[in-house]
Amino acid sequence: MGRRVQITDTTLRDGDHAMAHQFTVEQVREIARGLDEAGVPVIEVSHGDGLGGASLQYGRSRVPEEELIAAAAEEIRRGKLAVLLLPGIGTRRELKQAVGLGAKVARIATHCTEADISEQHIKMAKDLGLDVHAFLMMAHMVGPEKLVEQALLMESYGADCVYVVDSAGAMTEPEVRARVRALRQALRPETEVGFHAHNNLALAVSNSVAAIEEGATRVDGSACGLGAGAGNAMTEVLVAVLEKLGIETGIDLFKIMDVAEEKVRPIMRHEPKIDRASLTIGYAGVYSTFLLHAYRAAERFRVDAREILIELGRRQVVGGQEDMIVDVAVELSRRKAEDLHRASEVMW
Amino acid sequence: MERVKVAILGSGNIGTDLMYKVRRSEVLELTWVAGIVPESEGLRLARELGYRTTYRGIEELLEHGEDFEIVFDATTARAHYRHAEMLAEAGKIAIDLTPAAVGPHVVPLVNLSEHLDKENVNLVTCGGQATVPIVAAIRGVAEVEYAEIVSTVASRSAGPGTRQNIDEFTQTTARALETIGGAERGKAIIILNPAEPPILMRNTVYAVVRDGDQEAIAQAVVGMVKRVQEYVPGYRLKAEPIFDEEKVTVLLEVEGAGDYLPPYAGNLDIMTAAAVRVGEEFARHILEKRAAMRVVSARG
Repeated sequence: MGRRVQITDTTLRDGDHAMAHQFTVEQVREIARGLDEAGVPVIEVSHGDGLGGASLQYGRSRVPEEELIAAAAEEIRRGKLAVLLLPGIGTRRELKQAVGLGAKVARIATHCTEADISEQHIKMAKDLGLDVHAFLMMAHMVGPEKLVEQALLMESYGADCVYVVDSAGAMTEPEVRARVRALRQALRPETEVGFHAHNNLALAVSNSVAAIEEGATRVDGSACGLGAGAGNAMTEVLVAVLEKLGIETGIDLFKIMDVAEEKVRPIMRHEPKIDRASLTIGYAGVYSTFLLHAYRAAERFRVDAREILIELGRRQVVGGQEDMIVDVAVELSRRKAEDLHRASEVMW
Repeated sequence: MERVKVAILGSGNIGTDLMYKVRRSEVLELTWVAGIVPESEGLRLARELGYRTTYRGIEELLEHGEDFEIVFDATTARAHYRHAEMLAEAGKIAIDLTPAAVGPHVVPLVNLSEHLDKENVNLVTCGGQATVPIVAAIRGVAEVEYAEIVSTVASRSAGPGTRQNIDEFTQTTARALETIGGAERGKAIIILNPAEPPILMRNTVYAVVRDGDQEAIAQAVVGMVKRVQEYVPGYRLKAEPIFDEEKVTVLLEVEGAGDYLPPYAGNLDIMTAAAVRVGEEFARHILEKRAAMRVVSARG
């Protein structure tokens, strides 16, 4: 097993979903400073859906993300600032702007079958001298062979690391192992493999450890697990577990615990937890980010959030298709009304 | 009815689908289909339907310039830069389906009438074709502060041109929402979905409006959908427009006519259908001018 693993903390990016995009400059400063002082090597800051994600589709940001990125950049002294970009949502223009603000790591994410839309962005990020993490999202939806094919594309564009991303928190340990192992075997030795977990099935930390055992050298966490769905692997727990396994992260355990307890927990708007809706997300294999949107649509159209999520899974909806939540909710509510109507005809 | 003769450049998926649609037109008469691959299926089908074909591209096509007045270009952006000059020199009207955008962006029903005297027009992206009419319809009855669209297409229907230039797609579409649709600010998002069987193209339009009457907006949207259906029969509302305070949400689905492209590729169908519609408007404009000329010369 590797002796050292790099943790990227995504509290200020994946956590943006759980915060419904309401982070303030002060909160970002406090958390970024705390993470940096704890020794977190990579700190990700962006709209939850990446640069340019502020929208009616995903949620508008209370503070423009460039202000949050600039604020974080001022606080980060030891670590590196990372930003996320999903081609199709953000563009190279926003990436370039983020680099101007101090980003040193670009995380370029596509659905697990669509790697070829990231070529422009990965190449530009490399040209700008960034460390590039390429993300294959919703990686549970395809088998290891297909994932390898896509990872090789991203490697060919210049990615320094390819992540298996369990966006739906849907993977069991054998699924994680098979995918990470396949990538580790297929990619060049100098290309690292990463793993990004969600805790919808209560497997975020154990799956991350399994990924490391299979050769992953980079994993993601967030303080208090602040992230979409039931949240991410908790950074503070990852640090503790890895330390017990004799794997170095360079992060001070007590200090990261303090960040989680003192800086993050008090400001959480929605505590990521395994409730019936987030468990359904992991079970049905849908994008964790859908959670709060599904709650809202369920209330607005008076249907069960779980029914919406199961139907989205059945339709193989991918990340970014938040508009399908309303679409499905409208349809389910219409169907319900029709059933009721039929029932009433029978009654009278 | 008098018809205007046209040619198609490009015998790939788009050019071939276009061929079947032009074939049904009452104002366009297809004469030539030009490709560059001798064994292409598109050229074979064109021959079988009785059209003249060449695999020597624009060079040979222009040797038969007397056979057409309008040329649809369904090749690539790079090829169109070259074609645009040659067609202009030959005095032909170019209707460009590539992203080259040598001429102004057009969306039928919205801004085409401004451009009927241009020698080259460009069909704005599929996402733009599907959503700009809706934004323009809302703009007709309310101020649109902001318009945002999300186009989701089947992975199989997104060709390398879109995949390798995805930023250009979103930027061009966003601009079209502003300059053609009339929104003060525009944003576009595109999602590729690999589900099997492939999904139909879907589009969501969000508009933040000012001084808008819900009833009037809903009517304008429904009315516009009906008008788009005249040339894209598979274009439909998934639900009534949804209102949340100042936000209007319109959910749309586009099923292709299945002429040559599969029905799920509504994103490609709306491009070829819009191109034919543009060609027809040009043709009517040409015929009207010609009729007016005849009246003038008869009087003289």
